Amino acid sequence: MINWLSLAEAPVPEGGLFDFDATLPLMAIQVVILTFILNKLFFQPVGKVVEEREGFVTTSHKDAKARLAQVQRLEDDLKARLQEARQEAQAVITAAEDEVATLHKAALAEAKASAMKLREEARADIKAQRSAADVVLAEESRRLADLIIQRLVAT
Amino acid sequence: MLLQTLLPLAEALPASDPELMVEETNGLEIGQHFYWHLGQLDLHGQIFLSSWILIGALLTIVVVGTRRMERKPGGLQNLLEFLWDYIRNLSREQIGEAAYRDWMPFVGTLFLFIFFCNWGGALVPWRLVRLPSGELGAPTGDINTTVALALLVSLAYFYAGLSRKGLRYFEYYVEPTPIMLPFKIVEDFTKPLSLSFRLFGNIMADELTVSVLVLLLPLFVPLPMMFLGLFTSAIQALIFATLAAYYIGEAVHEEHA
Repeated sequence: MINWLSLAEAPVPEGGLFDFDATLPLMAIQVVILTFILNKLFFQPVGKVVEEREGFVTTSHKDAKARLAQVQRLEDDLKARLQEARQEAQAVITAAEDEVATLHKAALAEAKASAMKLREEARADIKAQRSAADVVLAEESRRLADLIIQRLVAT
Repeated sequence: MLLQTLLPLAEALPASDPELMVEETNGLEIGQHFYWHLGQLDLHGQIFLSSWILIGALLTIVVVGTRRMERKPGGLQNLLEFLWDYIRNLSREQIGEAAYRDWMPFVGTLFLFIFFCNWGGALVPWRLVRLPSGELGAPTGDINTTVALALLVSLAYFYAGLSRKGLRYFEYYVEPTPIMLPFKIVEDFTKPLSLSFRLFGNIMADELTVSVLVLLLPLFVPLPMMFLGLFTSAIQALIFATLAAYYIGEAVHEEHA
């Protein structure tokens, strides 16, 4: 089947379980060579990739932490600003309310004053008209009295 | 009924005669090797063949998975990154922050190689390939492989300690007290011994159990054993790599006192 098996001719050693021969050193050399080959093909490249990834993960983690801190800072900043704005708004509202109240009071006072004035005027007017009417009435009553007297006298 | 089928088979097995068991060719093949001759040297060809196939599979997965790598991983890259991360954690825990980078490829290669060998030995239908003698199987089921790996670990931790601390490395032998010296010297021998035999024994025994069961009751009975085998195979790879990393870590450890 396999030609080079015919190499195995010559005196065949006895064999046995504990048959030490040149297999031992050659196997040792083979394993040493395998160590170097695996170091080049397996341990170094895989180690490089794994350690690079570990480095990448560590850096990313640090990055993310820094970013999170920044976000926190920004959020705090914004919160402070929001607070400020709210206070400002409150102040504006209060001022406006005060102003409105003042205006309202002033308008009310003015309206009252003008109403008072109108009433006074009306009252004075009524008085004047009444006195004028009194005069007219007095004259009329005198004339009527004269007329009554004349008629009485005439009869 | 099961027992009835089992009994004659068990009697037919030449279990009482270990010599015969080794000679048996269409049943169990234990301790038989497919020899290559390289000058004066003998090699276990089946070990190299299967290890090349499995290394080829491993390298294929690695090359395909790392071809286009992106920051957002997908598919095979995900698997490879998972493995990489797993190996990094393992070596970082055992060796320590200071030195783990230098030794991670070695520990990782041990883990991947042993894992592929163990699982490859269990999952690939090697039986389909017939060799003139011996059979393909898990490369880690051969004592040569495991001893080679264990000796590499010994060399590695000596080198790690000496290159990092110079001659001060030998202070380790008299710490915390000089009484420890003989024990620590003995440890240098027991470490590779236990490493190699643990791995060899587990994989060998697993293959043996499964093949004996397959021989006796071919269809469904060996399945749980096979699953157990996969489990122990993975555990063994983990144990070997962890202990290797632990030994290296012990060697490079600095006393802060």
